[in-house]
Amino acid sequence: MSGKSTKELHEVACEVLEGLKERLGTGAALNARERMAIPMQEMPTQDKVLRRSNMNEVSLGFSAEQAQVEALRCLQCKNAPCVQGCPVKIDIPAFLHAAGEGRFDDSVEIIRNSSLLPAVCGRVCPQESQCQEVCTLGKALKSVDLAVGIGRVERFVADLQRESGKQMPPTVKAATGKKVAVIGSGPAAITAAADIRREGHDVTIFEAFHKPGGVLVYGIPEFRLPKAIVQQEIDILEAMGVKIETNFVVGRTRKLQDLLDKDGFNAVFIGSGAGLPKFMEIEGENLVGVFSANEYLTRSNLMRAFDTAHAHTPIYKSRRVAVFGGGNVAMDAARTAVRLGAEEVYLVYRRTEKEMPARLEEVHHAREEGVVFHLLQSARRIIGDENGRVRAVECIRYELGEPDTTGRRSPVEVEGSAFELEVDTVIVAIGNDSNPLISKTTEGLKVDSRGRIVVDERCQTSIQGVYAGGDIVLGAATVILAMGEGRRAAAAINAQLATEG
Amino acid sequence: MGIIFSILSFLATIVVKSIMNRIVSKRQLAAEVFMIEVEAPLIARERQAGQFIILQVDESFGERIPLTIADADSERGTITLVFQTVGRTTHLLAEKSVGDSVPAVLGPLGQPTKIEHFGDVVCVGGGIGVAPLYPIVQALKGAGNRVTVIMGARSKELLILEEEMRAIADEVIVVTDDGSHGRKALVTEPLKELCEQEPRPNLAVVIGPPIMMKFCAETTRPFDVSTVVSLNTIMIDGTGMCGGCRVTVGGETKFTCIDGPEFDGHAVDFDNLMQRLRAYKPREDADHEKCHQELETGRGGSE
Ligand SMILES: Cc1cc2nc3c(=O)[nH]c(=O)nc-3n(C[C@H](O)[C@H](O)[C@H](O)COP(=O)(O)OP(=O)(O)OC[C@H]3O[C@@H](n4cnc5c(N)ncnc54)[C@H](O)[C@@H]3O)c2cc1C
Ligand code: FES
Repeated sequence: MSGKSTKELHEVACEVLEGLKERLGTGAALNARERMAIPMQEMPTQDKVLRRSNMNEVSLGFSAEQAQVEALRCLQCKNAPCVQGCPVKIDIPAFLHAAGEGRFDDSVEIIRNSSLLPAVCGRVCPQESQCQEVCTLGKALKSVDLAVGIGRVERFVADLQRESGKQMPPTVKAATGKKVAVIGSGPAAITAAADIRREGHDVTIFEAFHKPGGVLVYGIPEFRLPKAIVQQEIDILEAMGVKIETNFVVGRTRKLQDLLDKDGFNAVFIGSGAGLPKFMEIEGENLVGVFSANEYLTRSNLMRAFDTAHAHTPIYKSRRVAVFGGGNVAMDAARTAVRLGAEEVYLVYRRTEKEMPARLEEVHHAREEGVVFHLLQSARRIIGDENGRVRAVECIRYELGEPDTTGRRSPVEVEGSAFELEVDTVIVAIGNDSNPLISKTTEGLKVDSRGRIVVDERCQTSIQGVYAGGDIVLGAATVILAMGEGRRAAAAINAQLATEG
Repeated sequence: MGIIFSILSFLATIVVKSIMNRIVSKRQLAAEVFMIEVEAPLIARERQAGQFIILQVDESFGERIPLTIADADSERGTITLVFQTVGRTTHLLAEKSVGDSVPAVLGPLGQPTKIEHFGDVVCVGGGIGVAPLYPIVQALKGAGNRVTVIMGARSKELLILEEEMRAIADEVIVVTDDGSHGRKALVTEPLKELCEQEPRPNLAVVIGPPIMMKFCAETTRPFDVSTVVSLNTIMIDGTGMCGGCRVTVGGETKFTCIDGPEFDGHAVDFDNLMQRLRAYKPREDADHEKCHQELETGRGGSE
């Protein structure tokens, strides 16, 4: 990161564009050499000190000129490995081509053919291990960091459409009289609901929480994904006529089977997410001051506990926090703790930074914000004081062992390396299992040994007319995969309802 | 046509939403204890004894708090809630009148009480715990048990639902700390006497403050009388998603919202439970204080 301000970054882009003006004016496409010479555009970000005490978004987004310049870097290579790298196969060269010509409206429509949530995915997709990992430009420049910033352009064109009020609800076909229930309101459910409603079916979303959006509202913090963006997607669903019943837990408020048998739903889509926090199963884990990342983040995001002046929900006051894990959830928890005023935040991870499943950008941002990484370490027990509150964590160190058959070097405990890390708060972010509430209350619904709902290639479960997708099928995965599954399931449901006549 | 239809359905949603969770009756049972009946037909239809709901008085900034369902009428589509004004949410709830609605009510949650024919059952309720005990006594009676109820409170003014209990239980023993009504004793005294008698109770069900449940469990332990307690922990989602409600039972971690709220009283780590309940204490005390000041100066609690 160059440390340039938003304005400076914008000016750099303007200069580049100015320099290319004549050349672009000829009408002939840029050649590969010319494209490779265009400098990569940097994402403007909020000041790294100031942002430690606010919840506002960290990445500020490209200006139009930056987006156009970045899009022009795409080599438009024929084999387009990026499309294969994209879980929903967005026609990336085409949308970048349109953006490179400044046709931003066309650009976003191309994305929308394959993805319903570009403003969300542009922000939270792990691009560096998907489309950008295989980008030919990145390969040519020998660094994935220099690949085309596909996600950033995606975000820009989606934001532009949204902010200019041009994002219209898709047209809905004439009513068919068929009813579909969608359980959950995360990315899988939002996508399924939209695609099913489009065909003219009556769609009702049932969400356990008081606000729809799933992990996008309760888990991922505002500083990474502004809630207004998610709300707009929900508003669009409502404008399409999708009904949203919040405060409704399927399995408790109503059994899934009753939705089909008694309430007249012709099909059900389950998009209930992973949602069962794993704990480390070590001594002291129920001490006061130990939280699952889900709880910590839900308090701060959904319940808005960071807004202490208004929120009724309290959040633990911490001075020294240890977060265990190395994924996006761990980064979000650590960075939230920073913003809530903790003096020291440690991120303790069993392997090395290379193996961290978190998005690269989040790792950078966490470091910039002062999160201290303790790599090759893990917790052995949590130690409490006389009031049952966390006082310290006993950690042990690891070193990387000999490569195993797959070539992967697993961590091996270093004998006698135990030490105490003094903290008053512990946040466990080592993943989520599948929440069994629906499977336990639905007879005949098949799940695998890890509680994930088993589906066929059409996303149909062991019960006829009941489909599932997203984290409840994949295990804790990603937004884009959840969205892709919601779409596939919707297609299958639409097909089922069409044949039922 | 399509447009008219969507406008109509839009209006319908508004109407449905605004009459949802309407308070249809309200009664003050004791100094800080209120009983309300809320229209919640779906919950009323599904709920079983021992289950609870989570409610919010404000969907933007409100806290989510669990309350046990004290009673339900599936025909009228109502559930009965009894609460004591201890925090911000319960204070704001107490300020609501008949006709107002509760913005969010989620349920029914948790495992229902295991109801079967046990024989002789003693049910112990302390303070506001008498309210959630009521439907359990009712169900146990329905299953043919002989039910003795021990109900206690600090003083006469704080005792609730005595008449109601007398109407359904085989025997009711009332105790107060100060002797202002019934026997001057703690609930553990008559409980111990019952355990000493032959035949011993086949089961004890205890609901009340954690410290009371702890001592009741200690009382029945030497007599080997199996003892069920109903825990009221801090909660957020109530569906197993956050783990905030975890308790240590027999050395294992359990989630109160999905595995409970009822557990084997002899296995629960009450000290850990009580510490966890105090996690946010400094702030809650300040809220309680603030609400009282506002009520006294007549400014009310709402922003
Ligand atoms: C903190 C955090 C950060 C993350 N960061 C990223 C990231 O940067 N990039 C990325 O790609 N992915 C990220 N993920 C993963 C991603 O959010 C999930 O893979 C995705 O949201 C899964 O979508 P879903 O639709 O399957 O379910 P969810 O988003 O989990 O939504 C499920 C919804 O169903 C509701 N529900 C559950 N059970 C019931 C029921 N019985 N009745 C009614 N409603 C019910 C839940 O309340 C919830 O709202 C992150 C996850 C977390 C927790
Ligand atoms: S309240 Fe969140 S898991 Fe029980």
